[in-house]
Amino acid sequence: MVGKKRVGVLALQGDFAKHAESLERAGAEAVEVRTREALEGVDALVVPGGESTTMLKLIGYEDLWEPLRAFGQKKPIFGTCAGAILLAKHVLNPTQVSLDLVDLDVERNAYGRQLDSHIAQLELEGSPLEAVFIRAPIIRRVGAGAQVLATHNGDPVLVTEGKHMVATFHPELTCDPRVHEIFLRRV
Amino acid sequence: MILTESFRLKSGLAEMLKGGVIMDVTNAQEALIAEKAGATAVMALIKVPSDIRKEGGVARMSPISKIREIMATVSIPVMAKCRIGHLAEARVLEALGVDYIDESEVLTPADDENHVDKRHFRVPFVCGARNLGEALRRIGEGAAMIRTKGEAGSGNIVEAVRHMRCIQREMKQLTVLSSDELMAEAKKHQAPFELIEYVAQHGKLPVPNFSAGGIATAADAALAMMLGAEAVFVGSGIFKSSDPERFAKAVVKATTYWNDPVKVLEASEELPDGMPGLDIRQLEESQLMATRGW
Repeated sequence: MVGKKRVGVLALQGDFAKHAESLERAGAEAVEVRTREALEGVDALVVPGGESTTMLKLIGYEDLWEPLRAFGQKKPIFGTCAGAILLAKHVLNPTQVSLDLVDLDVERNAYGRQLDSHIAQLELEGSPLEAVFIRAPIIRRVGAGAQVLATHNGDPVLVTEGKHMVATFHPELTCDPRVHEIFLRRV
Repeated sequence: MILTESFRLKSGLAEMLKGGVIMDVTNAQEALIAEKAGATAVMALIKVPSDIRKEGGVARMSPISKIREIMATVSIPVMAKCRIGHLAEARVLEALGVDYIDESEVLTPADDENHVDKRHFRVPFVCGARNLGEALRRIGEGAAMIRTKGEAGSGNIVEAVRHMRCIQREMKQLTVLSSDELMAEAKKHQAPFELIEYVAQHGKLPVPNFSAGGIATAADAALAMMLGAEAVFVGSGIFKSSDPERFAKAVVKATTYWNDPVKVLEASEELPDGMPGLDIRQLEESQLMATRGW
């Protein structure tokens, strides 16, 4: 196969391995990214689920703030759950710093604790979509340029804006490749 | 068999903790230090294992007020330990709303034959294991995450290494057998047949496999990851070191960059004195925590 897209998965912490499997299933080459050098070799980046506070610390320890922001100015990033929190403009509960690459406001742990984690049946492009929410955030505001691709109880859960895409659920925890395919079409 | 909706949510949270460090804490102040250093979760327990070892007596679930205080203070997941087989402590922790329960050999067992039937809970459980059979028995009971037991509170990594090597070796051995040999393996490992079959087909556990017990330096954490752990638990190591905050930060870095010796070097350089360690061979049989669990 000619010209497989090389997509990085930020592998500081979280379920990066599951994202790499999903990307490969959707036809891309997945590369784990832990350093600024690795970031330079990829066409797009996935920021996985995990603990956003832990990822913030590791981004700080490794001076990855500026490289990640510069990457997001040029190339597409897909953030899921903690990744969505990292990409958002504003983070609530508690407020914390972010990459500020996508114009939306996100509230952390907005459904509650682990006992409030759930699996929901949503709709994507007219077909059913199973979505796994784990200690998930809720998007409280989307910017004017955003396109909402899926909602859950009226809240946007899959959103694109400009080059980037965010999901508050975990498409990497199901076998359905459609969400990753939508992202790869944007790369 | 086990891939129900509820089980997927339970192991899903364990997936999110991969590549991270779960830190033992006894109060909100320690929890905050752990969160600030980059812990992916904190584990509430009454005393750190090395103090349980030193002070003796019966070690039980943490006081509820302490767990509540920790839950109110940090935004990362809060786990708490219950005694082996203590159904009521487990129910209390579920009612309290903790994010994970560790049915742990570090506390004094409440039942010396049975573990909690974890399938009937909505809250996920992690359990310790020394070998594949023990890991699969716990998963059969509903554990959504396995960790090696190591020897908690010893500051000595040797038992965690032994347990991780054993589990990895026993899993590899199953993958080369033919299907008609698997029932005999189930008998040998004293484990559910379906789970033996799963490991034979996939070469890994159906749940995340973490490491715990005796991790006392940044290099210890990197070693656990090299041997196949997907994340690490650090107990006494952090709050028994001379500078918990720096120690915690170093372990977090070494766990993410375990495969990059230069980064583990950097993490080790920042490290203050580790906790004092114990030679496992000099411990009395009655002092061993890893042998608790059936």
